[in-house]
Amino acid sequence: MRFQAASDQTLLVYLGEEIGAATHERVMRLLRLLQREPIQWLRNIQPAYCSILITFDSSAVDHAEVQATISELENRTKKLPPVSHRLVEVPVCYGGEFGPDLDWVAEQRGLPADKVVELHIAPTYHAYFLGFAPGFAYLGDLAQEIAVPRLETPRKVVAAGSVGIAGRQTAIYPQATPGGWRLIGRTPLEIFRTDREPMGMIAIGDQVRFRPITQAEFLAARRA
Amino acid sequence: MSLLVVESAGLQTTVQDFGREGYGALGVSASGAADAVALRIGNLLLENKAGAPALEMTLTGGTFLFPDGAVICLAGANFGAQMDGRALELWRPHAILPGKRLTLGATRDFARCYLCVAGGVGVADFMGSASTHLLSGLGGWEGRALRKGDVLQIGSLQMNIRRRKLRPGVLEILKPEKKLRVTRGPQFDWFSEEARGALENGAFVVNEDSNRVGLRLDGPRLAMRENAEMISEGAPVGAIQVTPSGQAILLFVEQQTTGGYPKIANVIGTDLHSVGQLRPRDTIRFEEVSLVAARELWIERKKLLGSEERLFE
Repeated sequence: MRFQAASDQTLLVYLGEEIGAATHERVMRLLRLLQREPIQWLRNIQPAYCSILITFDSSAVDHAEVQATISELENRTKKLPPVSHRLVEVPVCYGGEFGPDLDWVAEQRGLPADKVVELHIAPTYHAYFLGFAPGFAYLGDLAQEIAVPRLETPRKVVAAGSVGIAGRQTAIYPQATPGGWRLIGRTPLEIFRTDREPMGMIAIGDQVRFRPITQAEFLAARRA
Repeated sequence: MSLLVVESAGLQTTVQDFGREGYGALGVSASGAADAVALRIGNLLLENKAGAPALEMTLTGGTFLFPDGAVICLAGANFGAQMDGRALELWRPHAILPGKRLTLGATRDFARCYLCVAGGVGVADFMGSASTHLLSGLGGWEGRALRKGDVLQIGSLQMNIRRRKLRPGVLEILKPEKKLRVTRGPQFDWFSEEARGALENGAFVVNEDSNRVGLRLDGPRLAMRENAEMISEGAPVGAIQVTPSGQAILLFVEQQTTGGYPKIANVIGTDLHSVGQLRPRDTIRFEEVSLVAARELWIERKKLLGSEERLFE
């Protein structure tokens, strides 16, 4: 574990130096403990691949005191049972108007489009963390064979439910937002709804699988 | 409850309070007033809760009709507010009689003016806050900026208002600055000597393409010592991240909660309200302070803002 002040009111806690299941497990354990403990000065917890950013009330504690508390908590996580993972299945209609970049990805990687889809649905992904926008889960690890860079200029609007890929990651856009990932399909599911509890369909620590559906199935699901 | 009718909305007018901090694990950034100090003072002058929801106007204000009247206070930038051709002073409560109109124009100084109303602006609560998050279309008034024809609920007109007044000198202490104090960012060491020097001594201009998500700062190119790949991590509000082309972006209240660009510095908590008052084309500078100094400034600022005795006559 490594600590780094990120601002006058935040501390970065690094729990590993490499993206993967082992570091993710350490992030999840510390997160669970932080969410359970009533810590007065704790204002926000922002987990990511290998780190947790802690925002604290700097009028109550300084970086050294926060670091001491986190070290002690991290020690206690070793006694916790392994974190259990929920499995979420996401139906996706690939290509066509829903996946405008599918053919580009196929061409870039010298693969037929169905092979790109096949490689996208093969793994069970980890929801490493949520960021960017409410409910936006960073899912990994995407197969190296279909890893592509982001768009040079992000789209001004990406439709809600769009499934994008970037580097070794994939994600679903929960709302219509700007977006720079390559879009290969769309899900009819509403990933984030404010009138639902929980609002987000995918939480940190979940496992996610994609299932291909036809356009007719997509439209039927939307009507339901 | 009484009503407020939006006759014209201005450039970008949204409902804001102190935001919804604490939902980072869900990917939700806090949002909230860009100048939380102005919002607080405006509300306290009306004896509202410090974080009561108010309208945040940006660069150009709107025209608002109060069919049932209201008690209001304008705080922050001077948008030349008028009622019936009479100028309304900032930083003091005013009674608006039923059927009267408040008209605001273009800014004369800073970026944001807050229209606070006694009793607050009533919108549905989302994750514990009334703040609009424009990027994701959540919270506030239908998740969007106000438009002509919108009708909002507000607190009722009460004629027995106490004329609270700020103590002389308070506004001087809280005045938004163009020199922002920063502490070192987590990747400070990744940057070249020149970049670190440029941050301390260079001038940066706020790009037109700036908003509540972030401010693009044009100025000296901030180069890294070598091209290192960074793993995305949580980014604090006020972080100055640098893109591969050397462009500095200051993350603000509607920021993406995580990011993969290295961060050279971070604006201190005490100076964040100054960021909310920056206009496009403003020239800003940075001054590095230690974590200890930043903490002392924050403790002092919190004391001042928490003390009605020190704020008001």
